[in-house]
Amino acid sequence: MSNRRPYVRSMDGWWKRDAYFMRYMAREVTAIFVAAYAVILLAGLVRLNQGEAAFNGWLQYLKTPWMLVFHLIVLATFVYHTWSWFKIMPKTMPIMFVGGKRVQPGTITGTGLAAAVVACLAVLFIVGGMHS
Amino acid sequence: MKRSNEPIFWSLFGAGGMLAALIGPALVFITGIAVPHGWIFAPDTMSYANMHAFAQNWAGKIFLFAVVSLFLWHAAHRIAILVHDFGIHAVTVVKLFSYGFALVGTVVAGYALLGIGF
Repeated sequence: MSNRRPYVRSMDGWWKRDAYFMRYMAREVTAIFVAAYAVILLAGLVRLNQGEAAFNGWLQYLKTPWMLVFHLIVLATFVYHTWSWFKIMPKTMPIMFVGGKRVQPGTITGTGLAAAVVACLAVLFIVGGMHS
Repeated sequence: MKRSNEPIFWSLFGAGGMLAALIGPALVFITGIAVPHGWIFAPDTMSYANMHAFAQNWAGKIFLFAVVSLFLWHAAHRIAILVHDFGIHAVTVVKLFSYGFALVGTVVAGYALLGIGF
């Protein structure tokens, strides 16, 4: 038994074998940046609860060049998340029929992306209009 | 048959993913890029007074709680699978850590938001 050493093909770097796997990996890795952004916001909430001095410290930290570069990377991954989220939506949601015809994958992706653009613009306008 | 807990975590994953896909880019741009550097928006957009008032408002409270906790649950689900994809197959332990992290984050966010008051 102990002498038997069957060949097991290595799975190392399996996701580099195929463009489809690469896209899968890129989509899944965005989660790390979503988590990082959530942690930054969570720190802001904790600081907000601790008082003005603590919260201003958090705000000052956001002004550092490192945090700017970091947020630019986070922004890029969020945009990729949005794109990939609606790209796979035809596969993740139940099959939908309108007027007896199956809704095409392209329609689902397009509608989702359009909704995201509208939602993002709405958030920007609401925040922009808040204190001006 | 033992019931699977997967639907609960998948729902949280889906809700967080949808919220992030719809408004995530705008939020990152506002809180991480434009406002801290005084671009486009009023300089006091994220001042202590404004943010405190926003977090005291019930709608603001729900929004902040939803964003932070759902983003965490979304990420936790994907990261657990990601770890498996890279060859660590102790699924239960990995999920315990990643979902545990999301749970701790959710509790901390709730604690801070309740502490801020109404």
